[in-house]
Amino acid sequence: MATRKSSAAAKSNVSADELKSYYRDMLLIRRFEEKAGQLYGMGLIGGFCHLYIGQEAVVVGLEAAAEEGDKRVTSYRDHGHMLACGMDPDGVMAELTGRIGGYSKGKGGSMHMFSKEKHFYGGHGIVGAQVPLGAGLAFADRYLENGRVTFTYFGDGAANQGQVYETFNMAALWKLPVVFVIENNQYAMGTSQQRSTSSPDIYKRGESFGIPGEMVDGMDVLAVKAAGETAVAHCRSGKGPYILEIKTYRYRGHSMSDPAKYRTREEVQKMREERDAIERVRTMLLDGGHASEDDLKAIDKEIKDIVNKSAEFAKDSPEPPLEELWTDIYADEVPQDGANVTEEA
Amino acid sequence: MPTEVLMPALSPTMEEGTLAKWLVKEGDTVSSGDIIAEIETDKATMEFEAVDEGVIGKILVAEGSEGVKVNTPIAVMLEEGESADDIGEAPAPKAEASAEAAPAAEAKAPAQAKAPEAPRPDQSPDWPEGTEMKTQTVREALRDAMAEEMRIDPTVFVMGEEVAEYQGAYKVTQGLLDEFGSKRVIDTPITEHGFAGIGVGAAFGGLKPIVEFMTFNFAMQAIDHIINSAAKTLYMSGGQMGAPMVFRGPNGAAARVAAQHSQDYGAWYAHIPGLKVVQPYSAADAKGLLKQAIRDPNPVIFLENEILYGKSFDVPVMKDFTIPFGKAKVWREGEDVTIVSWGIGMTYALEAADKLAEEGISAEVIDLRTLRPIDYDTVIASVMKTNRCVTVEEGFPVASIGNHLSAYIMQNAFDYLDAPVINCTGKDVPMPYAANLEKLALTTTAEVIEAVKQVTYR
Repeated sequence: MATRKSSAAAKSNVSADELKSYYRDMLLIRRFEEKAGQLYGMGLIGGFCHLYIGQEAVVVGLEAAAEEGDKRVTSYRDHGHMLACGMDPDGVMAELTGRIGGYSKGKGGSMHMFSKEKHFYGGHGIVGAQVPLGAGLAFADRYLENGRVTFTYFGDGAANQGQVYETFNMAALWKLPVVFVIENNQYAMGTSQQRSTSSPDIYKRGESFGIPGEMVDGMDVLAVKAAGETAVAHCRSGKGPYILEIKTYRYRGHSMSDPAKYRTREEVQKMREERDAIERVRTMLLDGGHASEDDLKAIDKEIKDIVNKSAEFAKDSPEPPLEELWTDIYADEVPQDGANVTEEA
Repeated sequence: MPTEVLMPALSPTMEEGTLAKWLVKEGDTVSSGDIIAEIETDKATMEFEAVDEGVIGKILVAEGSEGVKVNTPIAVMLEEGESADDIGEAPAPKAEASAEAAPAAEAKAPAQAKAPEAPRPDQSPDWPEGTEMKTQTVREALRDAMAEEMRIDPTVFVMGEEVAEYQGAYKVTQGLLDEFGSKRVIDTPITEHGFAGIGVGAAFGGLKPIVEFMTFNFAMQAIDHIINSAAKTLYMSGGQMGAPMVFRGPNGAAARVAAQHSQDYGAWYAHIPGLKVVQPYSAADAKGLLKQAIRDPNPVIFLENEILYGKSFDVPVMKDFTIPFGKAKVWREGEDVTIVSWGIGMTYALEAADKLAEEGISAEVIDLRTLRPIDYDTVIASVMKTNRCVTVEEGFPVASIGNHLSAYIMQNAFDYLDAPVINCTGKDVPMPYAANLEKLALTTTAEVIEAVKQVTYR
């Protein structure tokens, strides 16, 4: 059973256009998240809001390895996953502001969003719960024999939940086509991996179930894509699940209200300056002569416009009508206690 | 155009804060992500980052200022090519932005309770008159229900511990493996949390799982997936996707298996919007309701009972027999008191009614059959006739289904009641092992009779 650290030699060959599209997709996530943070600061977004800034290469790299019809499911740090799989930034941002134009009509919020059309199965608020759900999606695909693969994302924190190992066991036993993507951003909320995890190599945790695992540099979008291609090929060929531990880093706090005192400002600054995934691609594009400063500026401008438009949409979209309180509880008509109560205060 | 930097809200509850420290000064160039200030909230000191690139044109709130309201402009940023002189053009502060964004539009309760509508109970027969009947145990009826639905719909499958090769821990899935094969009748490892989650995921993915728990006591390991994943997803997704599936298995006390194996979860699951909850008594109901549950587009909790598995009843011989949810069954008509029960509680209710008849007390016995939705109309119509009500269940007394029915009857038929409603429930103790104590811990027929005599003042 192969568990390995992926090397630079395994990287995909990519065209300049692909490289530009990864740059664009990662930048969209970063700018979107910055804008979300800004709207949170203005009180337009409420509750918990977990930003993906720093981890962009993980979802963009893996989406590059996915095919149409493949599924994905993740935790509550989900904005990046949604943008990367092609969901509309307007609908995502409007869900953050709790408006009718949001993907869940304003009833799910930041942590609970879905898109059947884009095969995005949430957005789940309970740490680790998405892991058996993802295996269940893969179970359905195997049952229906449709050749699809499910990307099941979870963090280094969730990797300590018991249900993850219950799922590893069944996924291996039943050869489910699921890629377990461990986004190791090194902090489970405020607890560093060293303080929470007995053995640092999470990618090896599938060994006793016979699941191959691989550690990947999550600040290198090409390395992520290459590893994703290996994992997807393994799953699609009927060999069962595959584990990718993707080493990444979140620049912002766990949620908006996290002062992040469990790490130094220097540690964060060092990652941003030396390892940033977007800067890395930017440098590749410029140094390789694949794009000029002006080309990149044009992309920056395009992204800024998309994000600003999404923010405007999210502000302008109305709150859900009060009747929405009572819809979508059941898929059919079911009488409910007090269901006539929709009068405006 | 110069843009204002506003005092940010940095926690879900923050309304104002202290601008503890500026980390930039006027004229500094900043880029997106740079930390420009430290702000003390009600919980912590937070770093505040720039979201745009530009030059700090003017600092409007000095460091050390306390009580700075969220959304107050604290600085002005200039874009490339602008100077501090442009600051006058900055837009007026939009301090009301958050107030605009969150109008207090809460749905309010009606000031005055509406006059209850007259109940319209549906007591149409469950099968046409003259239908051929056969005698079957509840166990066989449940098995037939699953087999029939699996023949019709290839996306229906059964998973659980010992459901396949062992033929079911309680033999409910007997023969299913032989007919449908190991693809559709799946033995799981002993891992309730995990396989319940996989079942919910499979339902998201287009299948119709029947997840069997060896007993519902073990489903407590899986309750997060039943409630947070299965029951809430349709709502959280704005109606895009849900979990059409059945969680089934024996529930409540069996015999001499003590505290951890003897709990009735009817009230727990009936509490949850998004779930439907079925607790059948007879074999015909077990069959008709399980077929309905498998076809239902929502997650359904199907609470069986080990003691009832071997009990025989008449079951209609019909090509396609289902019973709708939310339709109670009147087992026995009466004039003096309404006894409402469901599941195994019906054995006590019916036995009590027989004995009461010998004493000249005429009891109407209603089997709710489903606890979500509940057929209130049948209950209220009966109480309006008898003016008295006793509920019977095996679950714990606090926050029981009987409590809920009492409240509903009080609100909707108060003027018809000649006595307070009495709830017969299991006792407020963990189930003991000793035979004599176990008997005492459960509801008894004698208690139901006593309660009826109390409400009828005999």
